[in-house]
Amino acid sequence: MSAEADVVVVDSGGANLASLGFALDRLGARSMVSADPEHIAQAPRVLLPGVGAAGSIMQRLATLGLIDTLRNLHCPVLGICLGMQILCAHSEEDDTRCLGILPGTVKRFADTVGAPVPHMGWNRLRITDDDPLLRGVRPSDWFYFVHSYHLEPGLPTTLAETDYSVPFTSIVRQRNFWGVQFHPERSSAAGARVLSNFLELA
Amino acid sequence: MLAKRIIPCLDVRDGQVVKGVRFRDHRIVGDILELAQRYRDEGADELVFYDITASPDGRSVDREWVRRVAQLLDIPFCVAGGIRSIADGEAVLNAGAEKISINSPALENPSLIDALARRFGSQCVVVGVDSETTAGGYRVHRYTGDPNRSGDSGRDTLAWVREAVDRGAGEIVLNCMSSDGVRRGYDLPQLRAVRECCPVPLVASGGAGTLQHFVDVFLQARVDAALAASVFHSGEIVVHELKQTLIGAGVEIRP
Repeated sequence: MSAEADVVVVDSGGANLASLGFALDRLGARSMVSADPEHIAQAPRVLLPGVGAAGSIMQRLATLGLIDTLRNLHCPVLGICLGMQILCAHSEEDDTRCLGILPGTVKRFADTVGAPVPHMGWNRLRITDDDPLLRGVRPSDWFYFVHSYHLEPGLPTTLAETDYSVPFTSIVRQRNFWGVQFHPERSSAAGARVLSNFLELA
Repeated sequence: MLAKRIIPCLDVRDGQVVKGVRFRDHRIVGDILELAQRYRDEGADELVFYDITASPDGRSVDREWVRRVAQLLDIPFCVAGGIRSIADGEAVLNAGAEKISINSPALENPSLIDALARRFGSQCVVVGVDSETTAGGYRVHRYTGDPNRSGDSGRDTLAWVREAVDRGAGEIVLNCMSSDGVRRGYDLPQLRAVRECCPVPLVASGGAGTLQHFVDVFLQARVDAALAASVFHSGEIVVHELKQTLIGAGVEIRP
């Protein structure tokens, strides 16, 4: 049952559930993958991963009856990559209305010489606000990104920004909802630090 | 800013890492997990595992080692070899790989690229291109893992790269065959030509022999990543030292 797990990973249909699960295993966390609204509602922490496209993941969450479940969560919630983007109001990808928990809109990176899309590889953070999720994280730390859409920078919820063809918001927080654009499960020791910080939030 | 990536490539055959010169006479260089861990610890940004026997033999990759690698590694890795369908791709991604790379099956059936990109997103779908320089230009070769079947696919490299990207490839690995395994440097003119028509990340492959070859490929061909195998497996180039050299040359690198 979800009450016995340290964290419930929402089965959002993406193909990266295994790597996230293995990263949690390496940290010694008890995790379960679920698409059951009851499991998710009772979870002590919720991870919302996402791979694919905004339109299809929102459709899947609606079909599973998870939209209101996610919006009404009071435990710590961390959206990863597309999972962070769909916490926001709107995405240009498939012109999708998202969960609307966090402010801001998600736009495609413009094609720019010298900045291929997707933004794929290791990049750094410009931390703009202190937060328990970032305890021990340094500006010199590198994180693994892979995405073609990005959240606008300079939001009241922005905790960190990253520079590519344009600067974008790479970490957000509002109340109990956090989001990271990078993949902590694939970001070596720095990523493990972020996941481990999340697992300590209550 | 985004760092340029260093990618050791592990050619896998029967559960062992092998490396052949110009794709022939493969010899065993080590255990998959041992080498994966070593490269991760040395600072590799990503790994590619290529089952060189899978595609020509009509087999799929053995997924059990993919899962073991995924349990071990906290950096991204890509699996290539024998991925011919959505189901093949799904099995590899579900085992914990970050990306899948397709080569000969995409040449046989280009719509496979579209199908994989639609299902998993372009960011998961890498198209590998084995390219040979000829008097008539750059030509795509297929079945390069099998000396008996290897040959010209009938496609022009630049046209194929454009088509693969249009169909949804999220990254291109260009393996320049005349350079591969002979360590005289990456094929800079060919990589520059492909860079011009490739709006997605481009990975250079084939020819790395010295530290300077890596400096040259990043500064002169503007690739996003450099892949190599034998120089890393032999220990002649250590990833960490390579990265210090690149940083010294002004290349953006994750140390």
